[in-house]
Amino acid sequence: MSKLDKYLRLDQIPHFACSGCGHGTALAAMVRAIDKLGLDQNTTIMVCAIGCAGRLPVYLDFPSIRTPHGRALTVATGIKLANPELKVIVFMGDGDAAAIGGNHLIHAARRNIDLTAIIAINEIYGMTGGQYAPTTKPGHLASTAPFGMIEPQMDICKLVEAAGANFVARGDIFHIVELEKLMLKAISHKGFSVVEALTNCPTQFGRRNKNSKPSEMIKNIKEMTITKKQAEKLSKDELEHKLVRGILVEKERPEYIEEYDRITHFNKEVS
Amino acid sequence: MSKKVLMQGNQAIAEAALVAGVKVCAGYPITPSTEVVELLSKKMPSYGGRFIQMEDEIASIGAIIGASAAGKKAMTATSGPGFSLMQELLGYAAMVEIPIVIYNAQRVGPSTGGATKPQQGDIMQTKWGSHGESPRIALSPSSVEEAYKLTITAFNLSEKYMVPVVILGDETLAHIRESITIPEPDSFEIINRRTDAVPQEEYLPYKVDDTRIPVLPPLGGGYRYNISGMIHGDKGVPNLAPDVIDYCIRRINNKLKKYYDDIVMVERIKEKGSRIAVLAYGSTTRPAKSAIKMAQKNGIKVDFIRPITIWPFPEREIREIASKVDKILVPEMNFEGQVAGLVRQSIEGAAEVIQFSKVSGLPMYAEEIYHQITKIDRGEK
Repeated sequence: MSKLDKYLRLDQIPHFACSGCGHGTALAAMVRAIDKLGLDQNTTIMVCAIGCAGRLPVYLDFPSIRTPHGRALTVATGIKLANPELKVIVFMGDGDAAAIGGNHLIHAARRNIDLTAIIAINEIYGMTGGQYAPTTKPGHLASTAPFGMIEPQMDICKLVEAAGANFVARGDIFHIVELEKLMLKAISHKGFSVVEALTNCPTQFGRRNKNSKPSEMIKNIKEMTITKKQAEKLSKDELEHKLVRGILVEKERPEYIEEYDRITHFNKEVS
Repeated sequence: MSKKVLMQGNQAIAEAALVAGVKVCAGYPITPSTEVVELLSKKMPSYGGRFIQMEDEIASIGAIIGASAAGKKAMTATSGPGFSLMQELLGYAAMVEIPIVIYNAQRVGPSTGGATKPQQGDIMQTKWGSHGESPRIALSPSSVEEAYKLTITAFNLSEKYMVPVVILGDETLAHIRESITIPEPDSFEIINRRTDAVPQEEYLPYKVDDTRIPVLPPLGGGYRYNISGMIHGDKGVPNLAPDVIDYCIRRINNKLKKYYDDIVMVERIKEKGSRIAVLAYGSTTRPAKSAIKMAQKNGIKVDFIRPITIWPFPEREIREIASKVDKILVPEMNFEGQVAGLVRQSIEGAAEVIQFSKVSGLPMYAEEIYHQITKIDRGEK
């Protein structure tokens, strides 16, 4: 028995994820971060929605609420308004967070309520059978892009930065220790924080794109990401297909509910 | 001491929500409901509550569901186009049995329709607007004073039965100003959801006792359970076993049936020897009552019934009236006769149902209803 087993709903095992799926690695990094932070299991709320990533927090033994597709951040916002003392973590996939929930993501970043959004990016809709996502790269094949993806790839980190996110970081499931540290920082940073976790989907993405070996896919992720320091040494052309990992934004904007309570002279006595 | 005040319909709903104990309101501006969120944004902080304007109506209902899951009473206010957007999460709230209150000031539809004109076009959407089948309660106030009282009832029923409650007003009621009598806030019975959960070791969120109503402690309140819109058994985790699907759907849809007598409210005025009845609701109530008085003055006896609760529909009371009269006139501000259809369905031919439809965006007038009564009395169609 691992010391992390206490965070699992063991009666829900076996889980539904495909073999070689990278989402579990990202989820495990989050659990280790929570453990290191010593967060109270009863007052740390998991919010998730739909899709492969959206289903995973159900395996964790925290109070959890699973919403319709894309709506996790709206429900998380309400939880914080009702009880700002709670730690609220929202675990989403890329389609969930950036497509159907895209507007909520923008406004959560702008509003800056103390929430942590962890977005597992596998560049595909896995649960529904491999349709293209806003994060699918041009040219890649998907079940709804049989001729190749035409649209450009969305950079979620840039999007939330532009919207005003207080903390933005990118990690991946190869650099697992780093990913865990990024999550730890994001969870403890006050305000709206986002961690993008690059993961792999061998079943729905890899198979269609002639690279379904999980180890190869993870190696590709490793080669695609570089540190800020490495990026400084590269030319614009060399940076073309690279993604910078690490902390991308770290600000100290006023947290919404603290501001609300201050400006409105919120009456705590009768709340 | 009760007090007499001049109040607008929307204002009454906001004021009553504060008395009922609303602690989170999330909304998005939309005519003709906006005064509710304007007022609550101003008043809630001093009542220990928080208002937030969200990015759209989907987010608004999402936020109040989250707030309620965390144990606080929560509401939103909207109108047709916003109510359409809320359907997804309205079904979710019903499925996961998280109490919320939605005020829908109905306006002319479809689509953008007419923001400043009344309609009663959302009766069916309220019950059937989201996919699948799930329970909700809908209340239809007919005056500002009743809007005040029913708002408190809405929160009470929502908490008691762990179900979304929709207050179905319309533009006329939203903006009319009336002198109303408000009882002392302390004189209202305020009901809060159950908190008597069994200890965590034995606790299963959707395992119900004889009441059939689940006990869902606030998220973060010490119980670790899962809330999910997926079909779930007692544990609250996804489970698609055929017997669990069957049980889940039947349980959530049956739970209000058990409490029909507590939930279903009607106003009934009986007239001895009448062969005609008028059924009206919401803001068509007052012109209907005036029309009945006009008829009585002219020697036509007319019964009256008003569903105060629209969902669940007062089938039993309407069957009773249908067994007495030959014809039931249903004046409505919609095209299809949404409530007239429900009346037909309830009484299964026991009386003739005559629909009177008005969709011009003007309120119903007493003379128009009276004219219909006289036609029926003369045996004309």
